[in-house]
Amino acid sequence: MSLDLFVSHYNYWVVIFLMMVGFYILISRGNLIKKIVGLNVFQTAVFMLYISMGKISGGTPPILVDPKGEGKGHGGAETVGEAAAEIVYSNPLPHVLILTAIVVGIATTSVGLALAVRIKEAYGTMEEDEINRIEAETEAGE
Amino acid sequence: MSAHLPILQVVVPLLAAPLCAFLRNARAAAVIAVLASWATLAVALSLLGDVMSAGVISYEIGDWAPPLGIEYRVDIVNAWVLVIVSTIASVVAPYMITSVEDEVERRRIPLFHAAYLLCLAGLLGITITGDVFNVFVFLEISSLSAYALIAMGTRRRALTAAFRYLVMGTVGATFIVIGIGLLYVMTGSLNMADLAVLLPEVWDSRTVKVAYGFLGVGCCLKLALFPLHLWLPNAYAFAPSAVTAFLASTATKVAVYMLLRFFLTIFGAPFSFGVMGLDRVLLPLALAAVVTMSLVAIFQVDVKRLLAYSSVAQIGYMVLGLSFASVTGLTATLLHLFNHALMKGALFMAMGCVVYRIGSVHIDAMAGLGKRMPWTMAAFVVGGLSLVGVPLTVGFVSKWFLILGALERGWWPVAVVVLLASVLALVYVWRVVEAAYFRPAGGDEGTREAPWRLLVPTWVLVGANLYFGIGAARTARVAERAAEVLMTGVGP
Repeated sequence: MSLDLFVSHYNYWVVIFLMMVGFYILISRGNLIKKIVGLNVFQTAVFMLYISMGKISGGTPPILVDPKGEGKGHGGAETVGEAAAEIVYSNPLPHVLILTAIVVGIATTSVGLALAVRIKEAYGTMEEDEINRIEAETEAGE
Repeated sequence: MSAHLPILQVVVPLLAAPLCAFLRNARAAAVIAVLASWATLAVALSLLGDVMSAGVISYEIGDWAPPLGIEYRVDIVNAWVLVIVSTIASVVAPYMITSVEDEVERRRIPLFHAAYLLCLAGLLGITITGDVFNVFVFLEISSLSAYALIAMGTRRRALTAAFRYLVMGTVGATFIVIGIGLLYVMTGSLNMADLAVLLPEVWDSRTVKVAYGFLGVGCCLKLALFPLHLWLPNAYAFAPSAVTAFLASTATKVAVYMLLRFFLTIFGAPFSFGVMGLDRVLLPLALAAVVTMSLVAIFQVDVKRLLAYSSVAQIGYMVLGLSFASVTGLTATLLHLFNHALMKGALFMAMGCVVYRIGSVHIDAMAGLGKRMPWTMAAFVVGGLSLVGVPLTVGFVSKWFLILGALERGWWPVAVVVLLASVLALVYVWRVVEAAYFRPAGGDEGTREAPWRLLVPTWVLVGANLYFGIGAARTARVAERAAEVLMTGVGP
């Protein structure tokens, strides 16, 4: 792989790195809060993937631009239409999608944290290995 | 009114949910949940009727034309799954009232019904939508409410089971988002029908193949295909009984539908089976699921857990049908979606009756229950026979088509494995039957039959097991047409 290709796709490397970091935290840590943090980093990596793919080099934010300064806003539909052909806009759709995904991510995090609190109340610990030990003991006791 | 049926399918439970939460009255919430569930069944049945006679229904949300706007698209395949989900919901909702009063704290009951309705709305939404990102949103609606529902189980292990499900479910859903994102990069579209047209041009691209992989793993996590099933047994074992009955017969079915939709409608059968070799990947996994999970089920002492492992095995049958890459195989898959929902619903509801009376489903606690709770245990026996695949029950119909599919491909060893696994199913069902009927009763003498409010819904499903087992032609005809639609790609 040439260096150019490596550098020009740097956003993907960031995404892959973040994703693996998140996934590693999720798998390797026994603390439930840390697991949720890992899950968050993992999800954030996907948000970055979406956001970076909406960007077009040289593209402006997707707001109708009137380069000549005439027609103020919606006024001159014709001039705006002509100008639109020359101006490159970034794609807003991935950003909107990820706005939804961020809301979903927050919901997931809050449900996860709420469960972690209830687990702490019920078991007195948030370490997975201790929870497993307690569960194994109560199982044997029953 | 009838033009807006597709949106009503989702909006009715979605709006009923906050109503339940705001009312803060257990009785009122329960009534709303039942009425909303019945309304979804009425809508689903009329949609299936429309689709069978008039073909695909396309509904544009907010009058934005697809592919830019979100489209709800109903063909025979998802009309069929909508009927499955809403049927189970309408039977479980009345059952839930009594079962939940016993198992969930009183002040949480309205919220419980709200979460149930949200879960139902999410599952119906995944099924009906024709937009891939919409699938993800509804998937998370149904999953988040499912985590909350499972966490309301009586024992504290319900909490850890829900947490584990949350972690694995979120990873699965995130994988699906990655897949959807990669598809969007390649085609610039999120509409399923549009994607199906655009994708063949970019089949060779590695991005599309990677998207395929992410979507496949994500869906398989959600549908609990062996070896990605680890969240399922505990989640089902420790959830409140009504939740287990509902989720076991709907959530995994919808996930299987999602897999079929992504792989066969969007990517198309030629890509899945021709380019990616899906059949060769799924066949060993499905067979491993069927055999190992049936074996594991035999050694369980908690009957709900036993049935949960059996569910993973049964999911293996559904995936096995897909791996045959033929109309017969897919017919078996689609039939088993319905049939397994009926049998597992009935079995888990019978276990809910046992929990209601004796508070445990440990196999030793159930000794001698055959005499004390004759109706409940009879329901279990019929459900169990259906699980084994005895003639005159729905289980037989699914296995019949599955074996036909295997022989059609000339894979007779697969047919032998299916038959062998039925024997394993007989073993684990027999263990419960043996305890209930042939062991002397211990414990409380005063154990009585479960109340009719639990028995009637249970027996409705048991009756359906027999009714559709004897009159299988009706369901088989729908499933066969749906399988043809899936194999040939997007319908007219």
